Amino acid sequence: MKKIEAIIRPERLPAVRAALEEIGYPGMTLSEVKGHGKEAAQTQQWRGVKFEIELLPKIKIEIVAIDDDASIIVSAIVRAARTGESGDGKIFVLPVDGAIRIRTGDRDINAI
Amino acid sequence: MGVTTAEMVTAINTMWVLVTGFLVFFMQLGFGMLEAGLIRVKNITNILIKNILDFCIASIVYWMMGYALMYGAGNMLFGTTFWFLSGIPATTAGVPTLAYWFFQLCFAGAAATIVAGGVAERTKFIAYLLYSVVVSTFIYPIVGHWIWGGGFLASMGMLDYAGSSVVHSVGGWAALIGTMMLGPRIGKFNKDGSANAIVGHSMPLANIGLWVLWMGWFGFNPGSSLSGMQVGLNASVAVNTNAASATGAITCVVLSKIMTGKWDLGMTTNGVLAGLVAITAPCGYVSIASSIVIGAIGATFCYFAVGFFDKVHVDDPVGALPVHLVNGVWGTISIGLFHETKGLLFGGGFGQLSVQLLGVVSVAAWVVTTATALFWVIKHTVGLRVSAREELEGLDIGEHGMSSYPEFQITTPSMILDGHSAETLANIERAEKATRK
Repeated sequence: MKKIEAIIRPERLPAVRAALEEIGYPGMTLSEVKGHGKEAAQTQQWRGVKFEIELLPKIKIEIVAIDDDASIIVSAIVRAARTGESGDGKIFVLPVDGAIRIRTGDRDINAI
Repeated sequence: MGVTTAEMVTAINTMWVLVTGFLVFFMQLGFGMLEAGLIRVKNITNILIKNILDFCIASIVYWMMGYALMYGAGNMLFGTTFWFLSGIPATTAGVPTLAYWFFQLCFAGAAATIVAGGVAERTKFIAYLLYSVVVSTFIYPIVGHWIWGGGFLASMGMLDYAGSSVVHSVGGWAALIGTMMLGPRIGKFNKDGSANAIVGHSMPLANIGLWVLWMGWFGFNPGSSLSGMQVGLNASVAVNTNAASATGAITCVVLSKIMTGKWDLGMTTNGVLAGLVAITAPCGYVSIASSIVIGAIGATFCYFAVGFFDKVHVDDPVGALPVHLVNGVWGTISIGLFHETKGLLFGGGFGQLSVQLLGVVSVAAWVVTTATALFWVIKHTVGLRVSAREELEGLDIGEHGMSSYPEFQITTPSMILDGHSAETLANIERAEKATRK
């Protein structure tokens, strides 16, 4: 099994979810995270004093899938999340040792 | 039933005074929401409860002593009758004295609460309560006596239609002293002297505050005729009030675009309020065109005052000083320039202007002296400022045991420390211990 961790722009989430549903992987864990790669920080101002927002909001998607499906999922996310501008995000693929469905006790592939 | 014309007139005037008084009362919501919107989540409970107590304390002490000092028959400096409202006449200024008292109470409450914004986010609650008692019992009423209660400034012909001096300057000077003696918030100024933006948590709340204050001002200014029969004057005052506030907003939004490249909402908000404070003194005596000029000048002063106070390291979280102090003074002086008959620019010579200036200086001297003494005593008894740890954690937990936004709790150490490292906090606490010795 593989875990796919994708950090994407928040506004691309609807497109990414639609793409994942289309390929049969609607389930995921989402978290609101902050960070940045090489893209520029945002400048705002408050009563005349300027300040930088360096922690830019992103959405992190975590999906666990069988090995054969990992690359399909990655491709789907990339297609849906890409805008071509700096700040599109990154996807990481990690190995997973085990999985359990809490409701039934099913293990590994049967739990995904 | 037979009602005399005189009774009708009294009824109309009493209605006027009470209802405009209720509008001024409603400005307490305006102050509360404006201040809350412009400060951080962790201090909201504190500002809201301060706002409630301010008015409630004034309600009691202004009954006990405040009104007596302000409007009691006495001498040129203070009143000496009407303690606990004993011996009041049935009517004052054509309305039941209690209606008159209530109206005046709402003005006193407005003056007191101005300081809350300047000293927000680091003042001990008990310190603030003590300040509030003294300002409403003593500091404010004395000024009121001098200008409205038959005191020496009134006898010399000083004019202040609705209180740029009596209310806003008093609050403004007290806020200045309080803010200076308190010191800036942790993290506001850097060692190299530059200022950091400490961003408020809710512009919608601040905006609600603005509109409520604006609406309340249509009680504050027109109400000050104390007469619903003064139809022309009341209409003129309402129009003048609006003209100055509208001009204030436009002035500040244009200035912010020119100076920062952005159309700044915070500055625009302050611009409206600056115009309102500035027109508060002259509104009964000037033309619409003059009101526009007064508002424009006041808003300009306000805009550049924000940067000025940052530069001299006075930390004023909500802009109480540029709005209330600077424009309280400007509004008072503007009568000397723009009064339709007595103004310098209208052929009235320097007479009125000199009296207005004397008034500004007298109020400044009184409030600065008494406020300094008051805050000094508070500082050396119960203490003025919370500890560094409490300030970083937020006053809501330390003073009040609750957050105003419990579902958005602070969960990470870095949020508590405001981005400071644990080492910085240790340094601050060490420095605090050293100064306390």
